[in-house]
Amino acid sequence: MYLSRRARILLATLTFGTLAFIYVPLIVVAINSFNPSRSFSWPPQSLSTVWWGRLTESNGVLPAIVTSIKVGLGATAIALVLGTCIAFAVSRYSFYGKNTLSLLVIFPIALPGIITGIALNTTFHTFLDPLNKELALWTVVVGHATFCIVVVYNNVLARLRRMGQSLEEASQDLGANIFQTFRYVTFPLVRSALVAGGLLAFALSFDEIVVTTFTAGPGTETLPQWIFNNLFRPNQAPIVNVVATLLIGLFILPVWLSQHFSQDGSAGGRL
Amino acid sequence: MHNNRINTWLYRHKGARATLLLALPVLWLAVAYLGSLAVMLLSSFWSVDSFTGNIVHSLSFSNFHTLITQRVYSTIALRSIGVAVAVTVIDGLLAIPIALFISKVLKPRFRSVVIALVLVPLWASYLVKTYAWRSMFADGGVISWLLKPFGLHGPGFGLPATTITLAYLWLPYMILPIYAGMDRLSNTLLEASSDLGASATRTFRSVILPIIYPAIIAGSIFTFSLSLGDYIVVKIVGGTTQLVANVIADNVGTAGNLPFAAAMALLPIGTILGYLFIVRRSGALENF
Repeated sequence: MYLSRRARILLATLTFGTLAFIYVPLIVVAINSFNPSRSFSWPPQSLSTVWWGRLTESNGVLPAIVTSIKVGLGATAIALVLGTCIAFAVSRYSFYGKNTLSLLVIFPIALPGIITGIALNTTFHTFLDPLNKELALWTVVVGHATFCIVVVYNNVLARLRRMGQSLEEASQDLGANIFQTFRYVTFPLVRSALVAGGLLAFALSFDEIVVTTFTAGPGTETLPQWIFNNLFRPNQAPIVNVVATLLIGLFILPVWLSQHFSQDGSAGGRL
Repeated sequence: MHNNRINTWLYRHKGARATLLLALPVLWLAVAYLGSLAVMLLSSFWSVDSFTGNIVHSLSFSNFHTLITQRVYSTIALRSIGVAVAVTVIDGLLAIPIALFISKVLKPRFRSVVIALVLVPLWASYLVKTYAWRSMFADGGVISWLLKPFGLHGPGFGLPATTITLAYLWLPYMILPIYAGMDRLSNTLLEASSDLGASATRTFRSVILPIIYPAIIAGSIFTFSLSLGDYIVVKIVGGTTQLVANVIADNVGTAGNLPFAAAMALLPIGTILGYLFIVRRSGALENF
């Protein structure tokens, strides 16, 4: 073997050290959510579920979750339509600017969120100010949809490239028209890629804070914004721990589901 | 019958089908989104009337003049680039051993488990992960508790906390491409190197490193540009530290000086494009 025993032990130690680095902070948050003390005192003197009980009575968590779900659903719906359209166009047609378009789809997620955020903010103000309208929930949906398109696009494109066109051609040869072919052949084949892309888009939107900050109206507060606004308040910090622990558990589920649905392996990264 | 006519027409006109598919996405991305970016870039030449607070839509270089002449901004720019470089180096140093271990030491049946262990936290909420480091670095938090027996104090909130938290957040983005690169590296090459008498260090330097180099660059694009654009982390664990992104954010928010924020935003955009231009020749961009 090419690696000495010493080298392998060293690599194993470094790997487990890095895994500890990855997990310790998350475990600390989870333990802290059972810490009855109000301050960041480590280690906890005792454990209790007092803050878990106060989750629903705390001001603003539930409305923020509802807002986040609304934004996530809206953005995912738009991203599903636009991302699928681009994926079909790119994989099935040749047109001028195809490479530019496939690069442009990645732009909103490749550029720092703050750039996308203030660019959209400027545009919204330019169009809404003369109408005496303010930023609102829909402006957040527009912002989120812009960077969610890419995950749907990537998932659907990978599926379309893998499945080829022979089944669709067979369907048309057998007399099915365009709509029938789409409904009975193409759609069932891409459905699981749509589910995977949609879940990833929703997760991405549910977690986003930067674009949200610059596109949200005064009365709109998503869950990440609620966390950000409350983590500096000493009174609210214990509830933030509870919400954070819930989110750690909650986020792993859609990822696992999307891995399960997508056989293309394209769900691993965010791009 | 109406449906049938649309169908026949669409069937005959391939161009029409493509146009229908592309109309909405192009309107959204090319017109609305790219248009917004263009307006933002243009607005960096505007200014704000200091008396009324309104934006003056006339060409002026005053924002750039301020950025270049006031020393504080070049300090902030250098500090931000320094943080982005430090984060990239830390992530590279952590990612290379872990990728090497998973792909070349672990038995195949354990590989997917360890890869999942590394990747699943990538999907834990970004804000929760940042918040987690707040409880690590806080006064009386985990780090000061760990250092206490040695008579040391934790670094508290500031530049080191910001760098470590950013390195933590973007680590999976570095591990993924390097692991993929390492996986493509054939074991026979390593065996050949070893048979020819190379030590492990020599094999790493002369065989492994040149092959995974494009993957490291690909990962560094993420860690570098994500660090340069982040302002949430520095607000949560950075104490009073000023970086480019939070100066931009403060100018949009509290100061209400959008043109100055736009001018400042050219710095990360320019740096990231410059970085892409430099690494273009490494072949890293072909992985995208």
